[in-house]
Amino acid sequence: MPGVSGAAASGALNGGGIIAAIKSSGIEYVLSVPDIVTSSGLLRPIAQDPELRLIRVCKEDECIGIASGLSYCDKRALILIQHTGFLDSLNAIRGIAVEYKQPICMMVGLLQHDPELAPRASPRYGVRIVEPILDDMGIPHHLIGVDADVAKIQPAIDKAYAESAPVAFLVGRSPT
Amino acid sequence: MMKRDECFRVLARHITDEAVVATYSSAVDWVEIAPRVLNYTSIGAMGLDSSHGLGLALGRPDKRVVVLQGDGSLLMNLGSLVTIAAVAPKNLIHLVTHNGTYEANGGHPIPYPKVDFAGAARAAGYAAVYDFSNIDVFTQQVGYLLGQDGPVFATLHVEPSKALTYDYPSLYDPAKRRAFKAAWQARD
Repeated sequence: MPGVSGAAASGALNGGGIIAAIKSSGIEYVLSVPDIVTSSGLLRPIAQDPELRLIRVCKEDECIGIASGLSYCDKRALILIQHTGFLDSLNAIRGIAVEYKQPICMMVGLLQHDPELAPRASPRYGVRIVEPILDDMGIPHHLIGVDADVAKIQPAIDKAYAESAPVAFLVGRSPT
Repeated sequence: MMKRDECFRVLARHITDEAVVATYSSAVDWVEIAPRVLNYTSIGAMGLDSSHGLGLALGRPDKRVVVLQGDGSLLMNLGSLVTIAAVAPKNLIHLVTHNGTYEANGGHPIPYPKVDFAGAARAAGYAAVYDFSNIDVFTQQVGYLLGQDGPVFATLHVEPSKALTYDYPSLYDPAKRRAFKAAWQARD
């Protein structure tokens, strides 16, 4: 199976760097259902961070509606979920993010993903289909697998809000 | 038993600068009774009206948000009761019209038409919960209800309505969404 090229082939991912990028993107709200990939490295510190307001929801598609409502107030939100929740929310993403052209920013943990592999090459069916689905829906996506990838976050969020369009970050390794 | 449109006519007499979030049959009735720029109609992801309302309420805590949700919609997003109760926005009023049917999808019954939505909202932890079956009582209490600290929940027990015409392009209209956004962001 093809591996991940270049810097993503091995390395570490610092959760603090991701959270700093989230804040510098103007994100005020984090909307989340817990995801085991990002549980320790992102969700726990975010829950303790006074500069971010964490809204814990019961089901991932709620995040799409809440983020949409916040966008009408010019408030930025990041949705922090697992790829299973992303798959469960596809109709809401289709209707609100894509057809209504809303700036829905999603950070999606790839459950049980081997970070040494490209997501499309994953032996896990649920992981393998995420990028092709995003491509078919016309949603730009960025793999966050090593620290160097963190620089993609702020420009992509700024672009999503500037163009009123969705974006997805796929977290391929548990941040530490 | 009440009628949805008569409830909305009563409600409309009390609405001033609130955002009103409505979907499907509730949206059709509401925009006919109260066409206004601060109507936020949401079509295409049934059930998320309560979540849209929560986002609007969080983003403008100085304004009030009224959600008009159908019973079928709430069943698709029942967890939002718990989320809203936990966030506890004081400016959110959540009204659910309970007619026991998926009216926009052919009038088929919801799985359990006797479901107690007010009981569910109370158990979830809403600040105040009401259950209305009589239009005179609703007329008498709606003004007080709208002024209370939220989140406030009320079930409006209504009859299935006459056949409606669903003008989805109008309910979806991007120009109306832009106008809503401008009006909702305007500061007094």
